[in-house]
Amino acid sequence: MSCELTHSRLHAYLDGELDAAGSADFNQHLSTCPLCAGALVEEEQFRQGLRQSRLYSRAPAGLKLRIEESLPGPRANQSAGLLPWRWLAVTAALLLAAFLGWRQLTSSNERTYREAAVVAAVDAHLRSLQPGHLVDVESTDQHTVKPWFDGKLDFAPPVRDFSANDFPLLGGRLDVVEGHTLAALVYGRRKHFVSVFVAKALPSTSWSGSGAEQGYQWIAWTKDGFSFCAISDVSASDLDELKRLLLQ
Amino acid sequence: MPPDLPTDVLNQDDRSRFEAIVMPHLDAAYNLARWLLGGRSEAEDVTQDAMLRAYRFFSTFHSGDARAWLLQIVRNCCYTWLQKNRNWVDVDELDDASVPRDKDTPETLAISLNDRERVTRAIEQLSPHFREILVLRELEGCSYKEIAAITSRPMGTIMSALARARQRLRVLLADPAPKEARLEL
Repeated sequence: MSCELTHSRLHAYLDGELDAAGSADFNQHLSTCPLCAGALVEEEQFRQGLRQSRLYSRAPAGLKLRIEESLPGPRANQSAGLLPWRWLAVTAALLLAAFLGWRQLTSSNERTYREAAVVAAVDAHLRSLQPGHLVDVESTDQHTVKPWFDGKLDFAPPVRDFSANDFPLLGGRLDVVEGHTLAALVYGRRKHFVSVFVAKALPSTSWSGSGAEQGYQWIAWTKDGFSFCAISDVSASDLDELKRLLLQ
Repeated sequence: MPPDLPTDVLNQDDRSRFEAIVMPHLDAAYNLARWLLGGRSEAEDVTQDAMLRAYRFFSTFHSGDARAWLLQIVRNCCYTWLQKNRNWVDVDELDDASVPRDKDTPETLAISLNDRERVTRAIEQLSPHFREILVLRELEGCSYKEIAAITSRPMGTIMSALARARQRLRVLLADPAPKEARLEL
């Protein structure tokens, strides 16, 4: 036995690909169709398992350099030159870096730190999706969630509900990313979850930019001395919208 | 490929743009190649090839989604490689409406974090067309629109193909290849 919609709509719904009206229709359908509701849970679990299996293969170190070397024409910048005189420049830069200390390392290293910070945040989001880990305080009321963080962190994260914009606040939790304890706010978006990590904007915990990591979209920004990183499997435009709301 | 002529050498500004816009998607390019081709060294070579192609055709990229543009090139390079080196014949089963829908999806098996190898083997048993759609959606996080652009398919095909890819993968996971079972004896 099967429901026609299980095949025609469920996957688009799961992937956040239905428009608002279609999504509302299917939501309605889910409440009356146990076949689809059951199939949705199954698909969701299956997909989560798939995403947690760490299947992404990153380009091996060295491939980028090899490609850059193989491209014909003048080099764009000094980033990783291999001409002999550039080695001198690199050596000089390294000496300078040694003088200035760890924080002044080359920009590529900074990027690596930032990437590592994002990977750590995506891992934290993944952990939270395991049963029972999503929220420590479950509430759609910002006046319940905000005080919950009191005394648990040395800062008060901004907590707001965006139910009116289809991003209902679901709760919050404490999370640890790269050794820093920080706040994670959890928002819903249709059947998906968004973790918004909030940290005091320290150089070592700062995220910036946006991108995709292990199949999850992320977007990061800094505001009022806080560093934010939102992570989810919703579309990049959905995350953009949440960022816009949080910036208001 | 668009009709614009390729250039062999980009000027310094264009090369800067190329490195800023296209190179950041190297991981995505490699990941797709790795899943389509299997081996590491094949994936490295084809990724390098595709990057060179992207470089030469960069003047045809005006704006928009650089990742999708690059992945389209990577995909083409991968299929060319498969045809040449594996005698792979491109039979498109995705658009074929006459193929009956797979029945009886097995119960969801819990996939644990330790099952990476088992999941990898199952994905590798999918046909390349199903595999790429799954990889683009689940690992790369592409939208249907992006997948449609990368694979040059109508949007409408993507959802049903993805549904079937997921279902096939579940069947494969539920029923490990007999070869494997024999090996363990």
